[in-house]
Amino acid sequence: MSPYCSSPESTVAIHGGRTLDSDASSIVFPLYQTGNFVHEAVGVDQGFSYSRVSNPTVDALEQALGALENSLPAVCFRSGMAALTTLFLSILKAGDHAIISEVVYGGTRRLFDELLCNLGITSSFVDSSDPECIERAITPRTRIILVETPGNPTLRLTDIAAVASIAKRHSILLTVDNTFLTPLLQEPLELGADVSVLSTTKYIDGHNSTVGGSLASRSEALNERFRLVRKTIGAIQAPFEAWLTLRGLGTLPMRLRLHCANALEIARWLEAHPAVARVFYPGLDSFPQKALADRQQSEPGGMLAFELKASSETAVQVANKLKLCRRAESLGGLETLVTHPATTTHADVEPEIRERLGITPGLMRISVGLECPTDIIADLEQAFTNFGCGREQTTRGNHEVCQPAR
Amino acid sequence: MKFASQLVNFDACPGDPYRPVVTPIYQTATFQQQEADRFGEYDYSRSGNPTRSVLEHHLAVLEHGTRAFCFSSGMAAISTVAALLQPGDQIVADGDLYGGTCRLFSRILTNQGITVRYVDMSDLEQVTAALSAKTRLVYAESPTNPLLRVIDLPSVAKLAHAHGALFCVDNSLMSPYLQNPLALGADLVVHSATKFLCGHSDVTGGVIVVKDEELAERVYFLQNAQGNALGPFDCYLLMRGLKTLKLRLDAQQTNARAIAEFLCQHPRVREVYYPGISDSPASAIHHQQARGTGAVLAFTTGSKETSKHIVERLRMFRIAVSFGSVNSTISIPGFMSHASVPAEIRATRQLPEDLVRVSAGIEDADDLIADLDRALSQALLQHA
Repeated sequence: MSPYCSSPESTVAIHGGRTLDSDASSIVFPLYQTGNFVHEAVGVDQGFSYSRVSNPTVDALEQALGALENSLPAVCFRSGMAALTTLFLSILKAGDHAIISEVVYGGTRRLFDELLCNLGITSSFVDSSDPECIERAITPRTRIILVETPGNPTLRLTDIAAVASIAKRHSILLTVDNTFLTPLLQEPLELGADVSVLSTTKYIDGHNSTVGGSLASRSEALNERFRLVRKTIGAIQAPFEAWLTLRGLGTLPMRLRLHCANALEIARWLEAHPAVARVFYPGLDSFPQKALADRQQSEPGGMLAFELKASSETAVQVANKLKLCRRAESLGGLETLVTHPATTTHADVEPEIRERLGITPGLMRISVGLECPTDIIADLEQAFTNFGCGREQTTRGNHEVCQPAR
Repeated sequence: MKFASQLVNFDACPGDPYRPVVTPIYQTATFQQQEADRFGEYDYSRSGNPTRSVLEHHLAVLEHGTRAFCFSSGMAAISTVAALLQPGDQIVADGDLYGGTCRLFSRILTNQGITVRYVDMSDLEQVTAALSAKTRLVYAESPTNPLLRVIDLPSVAKLAHAHGALFCVDNSLMSPYLQNPLALGADLVVHSATKFLCGHSDVTGGVIVVKDEELAERVYFLQNAQGNALGPFDCYLLMRGLKTLKLRLDAQQTNARAIAEFLCQHPRVREVYYPGISDSPASAIHHQQARGTGAVLAFTTGSKETSKHIVERLRMFRIAVSFGSVNSTISIPGFMSHASVPAEIRATRQLPEDLVRVSAGIEDADDLIADLDRALSQALLQHA
C-alpha cells in the first residue's frame, strides 16, 4: 500500500461519527465559543447548559476521538496533565496506591510527588517492561496501573496484554498513555487496558498549535466518573482548542504514515553512522523488543532516540548546531524537534535511574517531523561534522568519543 | 427598544439546535446539501455564512436599514458601493474625505471612466453647482475626517435625490449609536467596522447598510460576485465588540469633550476642531442630525515640527492610524491616514500640515489630560 493512499482509519479520522443536527449543515463543525446556553424552559436545555460541563464543539472532538479509540466518546481536557489528574482523582482515595511505569513523562511523576502524596495517595514507579516488576509492586490498596509504551525517551516497550492480565487478576484498573502512537498505531483497549490516555497536543493535533488531553474507555461508569470530576475541577477543553484539534485530526492517518516512514529512514542512517553508538527505534531489527513491537503496534511510530559517542557537553553543542531540526520539548508535530534528555527533560531524574533507563550523556531524542528526510539527515550530518563527529572524522581518527572541533 | 437594549437583544443563533448564548463560529467554506438539486439556506461561505448572517441582521436593525452586508475592510465596503456605478457616471464627493476613499475615487475609478468632483459639502451651493445629469453617487462623511466639518445630511440627500443620484454616507466616525444616516435620507451607509463598531483594534472589517430592497439585492449580488465578505471569525469578534459600543462610546465621548475643553484653553494650541465645543451654525446642524459629538477631535499648533514634537512625547496616546479603539490614539493625518490623498488633490484640500487628530479612548480623562499637558508644556519650552 502506498504511504499516501487512504485507509479505513482515514475515513474515521475525517468523519468520526460526529454529526451536526442543524439546518445549516456546515461541512466543518461550528466553533461554539460561548460560555452558556439558553434554556427553553426552566430546567429544559438542548443537551448543553454551561461550557465548563460540556460544549458542542468539544463534544464533536470527543465523538471523533471515541470513534478512533473504538470506545465511548472520549472525555477531553485542557492538557494531557489535566486528563491524568482527573484520571487519578476519579479512581484514587486516601490510602490507595498506584503503580506507574518509570519511563512516564516527568510531569506525571511530579503529580504524585508534589500533589497526590499530600492526599495520602502512594505510588510505586517500576520498570513496566518487565511485567513481573508490576506484579511484585501490587499491594492490597493498589487501584490503578499506568503504563506508557513506548516509553520516553528510549522507546522501552511494555507488553500491554501481559500487564492487562495481571491487572485483571487483581481487579486493578489498567490505563495506558498512548500519546507516542495514538490509537491508529496501537489499540490499548483492544489489548485489554481499561482506559487510554492521550496528550492530544502531540500527534492528534499534530501542528503544535494546541494543548489538550483525553481519556477514553468502554465503561459508562468510568466515563460518567471522569465527566463528574472534570466538571468539578473545571478542566474541560476550550472550544477553540477543540476545534483546532478536530481540524488536525482529519490528516492524522496520512501524517502518521509519513512520520513513520521518515523516522525509519533516519533511524537507518543513524544506525550506519560511525559517530552513533546505538539507535532506539522499534522499526529496526536491532531494537531489543522488536518482537513485542511487531505484536502490539501496527507501525513503529515517529519517535526515536540515539546515543552519540560523545560527552554530554558535546551532545549539547551538536544539538545547538542544528539548523532545520529545532530544539524544543513536546513531540508529534510537523516540525522535527530534538531534545537532549540528560540536561533537559530528565535532568532531575536520579543518576542511577537515568542510567537504568538508558539516558546516557550522549543520548538525543528526535520527534521526526514531515520535512524531507534527506534534509533532516543533512542537518544532522552538518551538526555532527561541526563537532568532530562527522563520518570522515570518526572513521579516519578512530575516535571512541567525539571532541569539540577546534 | 432603546439602543442599549438593542445592542445585546437579538437572536444570536437562529435555528441552532443547542441554543448557545453566543453565536457559533461557522468557520466552514461549504455546506452539505440535503438534496443534490436543491441548496439549503447556505451553500458556500462566500455567498452566505450563518455567523455573518447574524451580524448582518443585527447591524441592519442598529442602522435603521433593511439589510446589512459585511466586508473584509471598510475599503472593500466602499469599493462595493463604487461598483454600483458604470463608466460615464459621476461621483460628487465632499473634499475632506478619508485618504483611502480619495485614492479609490481618484486613482482607481477614474481608470474605469468614472469621474469624481470634490466640493466643500458644508456649502450646499457648491453641491448644487456640482450636480449634473451624470451624477449617480453623492458621497460624504459627517462630521468629516479629519477636519470635523459638519454636512447637512438631509439637505444633501434631497439635492442628490432631485438628480436621481444615490446618497452614501460613511458613518464610521459617529457609529449607529450617535447618528443614523438612513433615517436622514441617505440610501447607503458604510462603516469601517475596524473603528467604533469593533472598538478593540482586533478586526479589519467594513459594512454597507441599505433600506431599499432592490438596492440590497444589487449590493448582495456584488458581495457574492466580488467575494469580499467578512470571514466568520472576524464576524464573531466584531459581534463581541459591538455589544459594548454604547458603553465605550459614552466613555470615549466624555473624554473627548474634556480633552477638547483642555486644548481650547491651552496657549500652545491654535485651533480645536470638535463639533461639541462651539455654538456655530454647523454645530447646530450637527445636533439636529446626531445624538452626540463623538470621540474624534483635531487641533493645530502653528507648525508641523511642534505637532510632531508633541505627538512623539505623549505616553498615553499611541501614534497610530485608525480611530475608535478603547485605546487613545493620535496621528498627524498629513503624514499618516491622508498621505494617500493624491498630491494634486491634497494641494486643494486645505488640510493643515500641523493638524493633529486625536481619538479618545476609555482611559481616565485626568491621565489623558495630564499626558497632553506635559507634552504641550515641553513643546512650549522647546519652541518658545
